[in-house]
Amino acid sequence: MRSTLGRVRGMGSARDGTHHFFAQRLTAIALVPLTLWFVYSAVGLIGQDNGAVHEWASHQINACGLIALVIATFHHAQLGLQTVIEDYVHREGTKFIVLIGTKLVCAAFAIAGIVAVIKLAFGG
Amino acid sequence: MAEFTLPANSKIGEGKTHRAPSGTKRIKTFKIYRWNPDDGQNPRVDSFEIDLDQCAPMVLDALIKIKTEIDTTVTFRRSCREGICGSCAMNIDGTNTLACLKPIDEIKGDAKIYPLPHMLVIKDLVPDLTVPYAQYASIQPWLQTESAPPPDAERRQSEAERAKLDGLWECVLCFCCSTSCPSYWWNGERYLGPAILLQAYRWIADSRDEMAGERLDNLEDPFRLYRCHTIMNCTKTCPKGLNPGKAIAEIKKMMVMRR
Repeated sequence: MRSTLGRVRGMGSARDGTHHFFAQRLTAIALVPLTLWFVYSAVGLIGQDNGAVHEWASHQINACGLIALVIATFHHAQLGLQTVIEDYVHREGTKFIVLIGTKLVCAAFAIAGIVAVIKLAFGG
Repeated sequence: MAEFTLPANSKIGEGKTHRAPSGTKRIKTFKIYRWNPDDGQNPRVDSFEIDLDQCAPMVLDALIKIKTEIDTTVTFRRSCREGICGSCAMNIDGTNTLACLKPIDEIKGDAKIYPLPHMLVIKDLVPDLTVPYAQYASIQPWLQTESAPPPDAERRQSEAERAKLDGLWECVLCFCCSTSCPSYWWNGERYLGPAILLQAYRWIADSRDEMAGERLDNLEDPFRLYRCHTIMNCTKTCPKGLNPGKAIAEIKKMMVMRR
């Protein structure tokens, strides 16, 4: 029985969204050089033994680059998935669970990636 | 979840065919979506064969001819017949546009005419625009100030300031853009849509208005503004040649700039 204007106004503006919008674009821009650099480096390592990969990853700049790539990738993935879920999932309970789930999974992958890079860099 | 198929009572069947008189040379078939809320039937598409030698050039002319001469129950909105009122917005040949501005000879093959997409239908080609009108009201589309106006004079605006409203004031609120936007289809009650956001920017960009901050506060929302994913159907379909996508981008730019 609510009026259309009441429904449209709903609970008001969330005063949010700009951070998500900006971070999505920032991580997208960061991923362009990081991905190109990673692919170029990985192609250069094709056919080389474990020691060569270990030596490459233990270089400070390469280790930093790999960690930046992992963070940007999973942060961007989480932001993108959130957009898709908000677009298409309209049951509030399901949406809440799926949003939290994707955040946790992306965070877990990012942590695992960072730990892997650290282990590789420090010779674990 | 979003629904990608039509519900059973919305599936469209084949309707009646109204043949042109024998001997007609230039026949154009208009396939028109029909739905009557009172007869309990599913929607159907009726075919009307029109003699183009006896019809004025625009699609609206053909619709009026059909209503006048063949089937008076065909229902659609129209008023000005020259692209100013925005009433005759509908989906013609797969694109949202104003029937009064769409020349028949631009349509190859049969002319397929449906109501604006993804809106509730009141009857035939008449969509329910209650939600977009409420959304329009929600942005408070009028000049808002705290300063008193100059005595015995209007609020002044330079030519450059006035020029910033070009491309915005021309919008006739036909909602061709909003109803062409997939984001508006999926989240039509929470996303304001390109028409309303263009109108919102029209007031934010007005040098005489003093409530830009409050207006931006009202828009800063993951759904109201940020459901726009720059798909640009809005700009592609606008029958007035406006660019709602750019207006939305300007709002987003202001959101970032003010942080």
